[in-house]
Amino acid sequence: MTTMASTGPADADRTPALVVSNVSHSFGERKVLDRVSLTVEQGAFVVLLGLNGAGKSTLFSLVTRLYDNVSGEITIRGFDVRRRPSQALQRLGVVFQSRTLDIDLTLMQNLKYHAALHGFAGRAATMRAKQALELVGLADRANEKVRALSGGQVRRVEIARSMMHHPDLLLLDEATVGLDLGSRESVMKIVRDLVAKERIGVLWATHLMDEVLRTDQVVILHKGVVLYNGPVPQLLTLTGTSSVREAFRAVTGTQTTIEEAA
Amino acid sequence: MISSQTVTAASDVAANYRGSDDDARRRLGFAGYFACFKGIVWREILRYLHQRERFLSALVRPLIWLFIFAAGFRQTLGISIIPPYETYVLYEEFIAPGLIAMILLFNAMQSSLSMVYDRETGTMRTLLVSPFPRSFLLLSKLLGGVSVALIQAYAFMLVAWFWGIAPPPITEVKLFTFYDAPSWAGGAIPTMTDPIVTSLFSVPSFIQPFAGYITVIPAIILAGLMLGSLALFISSVIKQLENFAGVMNFVIFPMFFASSALYPLWRIREASPMLFEICRLNPFTYATELIRFALYGQVDTVSLALVVGCTIAFLAAAVFAYNPSKGLIARRGGPGGSA
Repeated sequence: MTTMASTGPADADRTPALVVSNVSHSFGERKVLDRVSLTVEQGAFVVLLGLNGAGKSTLFSLVTRLYDNVSGEITIRGFDVRRRPSQALQRLGVVFQSRTLDIDLTLMQNLKYHAALHGFAGRAATMRAKQALELVGLADRANEKVRALSGGQVRRVEIARSMMHHPDLLLLDEATVGLDLGSRESVMKIVRDLVAKERIGVLWATHLMDEVLRTDQVVILHKGVVLYNGPVPQLLTLTGTSSVREAFRAVTGTQTTIEEAA
Repeated sequence: MISSQTVTAASDVAANYRGSDDDARRRLGFAGYFACFKGIVWREILRYLHQRERFLSALVRPLIWLFIFAAGFRQTLGISIIPPYETYVLYEEFIAPGLIAMILLFNAMQSSLSMVYDRETGTMRTLLVSPFPRSFLLLSKLLGGVSVALIQAYAFMLVAWFWGIAPPPITEVKLFTFYDAPSWAGGAIPTMTDPIVTSLFSVPSFIQPFAGYITVIPAIILAGLMLGSLALFISSVIKQLENFAGVMNFVIFPMFFASSALYPLWRIREASPMLFEICRLNPFTYATELIRFALYGQVDTVSLALVVGCTIAFLAAAVFAYNPSKGLIARRGGPGGSA
């Protein structure tokens, strides 16, 4: 329909969903990220693997502009988050580790508020909220209060919330923490389906090894440094191990398994 | 690798679902801003309506002052006729504007504290990942808090009305200008001896009986915005004030007592010239006076100028405190969840 002849950097069809290049960040003396670089292509599922305290949340805070990245560059679909924050943030959806929904309000009220944060009102907001709820299979509960939902369902609503403005990049910070096995699987399936169907780029931060599939790209972040960045099979070959868990231990040199450390 | 044909097909689907740049530009236009503003304010009101305790305590607090404190105090304090009053007024009537300002102050402190507390949680972070400018988002959020305070103020005025405390009928809206330069200004600022009253416009007769309830609205919004941005700035800067008791002792009580909310300033001057000067430096005094005059259909020029000036200054400071590169979020260390 519309010609994409405008001069935005997102014109090139294959502009990666996210590019982080050479980003460092310190809190006072403590360096939390040291020259971190990674890329999330469109339609890629990238697992950001690291222990708690590895710097995953800090990296997310920089991408979402809660903190400003002073060194290095972060672009979302080619838009620099510092220089063109509005364009960059329009293309970004985030599922935070902490809760963002108001439990006393209904799913619909919550989603309409988040639609408003992206400039949608009235029928457009209602329609998007409905679509998003269908996406996560909760359309029939739109008028219930969030309080009535289970932990896994709340997570699914969070995903619906983050997808309402149709982002190109979806960040998920420990999205499955505190969920039982069944809910974890359904949350992961929803996100992986989004990658396959909508070709959004996903950066999935976790400390749970079993969430990594052989087809994923994995970025191992340890003490603020990227130790490995590439496909899973290559990681296994490189370390001469047979599982991601062992490979992680080999790369980071940690003795404990990652789940124990968490 | 995948063939170029699959790539095109897939990105077509993506373009349909994800929308185009045109679409994006449209929703960040004026209508988008308005939708965002409305959404934020409406959420504050919805949330407030779900917290009955908060509503009740916000109502009970000023009523205690009105019914108990004022009743006991009016025997000991004679109020002379000072503008905007044209006759002797009951002490209850005198402190009502101060109590409205107190509602605004409490509400400002409560909502700003929760904003700072929320900052590390998802609620504030989702607000800040909105593509609209942060100053706009914070202003909307503050105005959401002011809307809640407005509801509280009207609930208070309604109860006061049953008690017979109501603004008088207003026939015309006037501009009131009077300035008494402080002694420390050393004559640098000229002192006016007589107030200048300029008539602005007359009020239609069917509105006159309750016009005060309408003319007070802009004063409440402005004063609420000033106190809200001050509260937001204070709570971002001072880490120790994260509990409400600290805020009561170090912010709310000093601001409330060292102001013209409970006693006219000339009374304080008689008691202690120094305290008088402190009251004059207190922005809360001007918030109170702005509301007091507005209830009588008058615009107190000096208070208006000072409240507008303070609002701009505090708002700028609050936005600065939230700026990711310069602000205090970055300096305070990592998010709670990462440790």
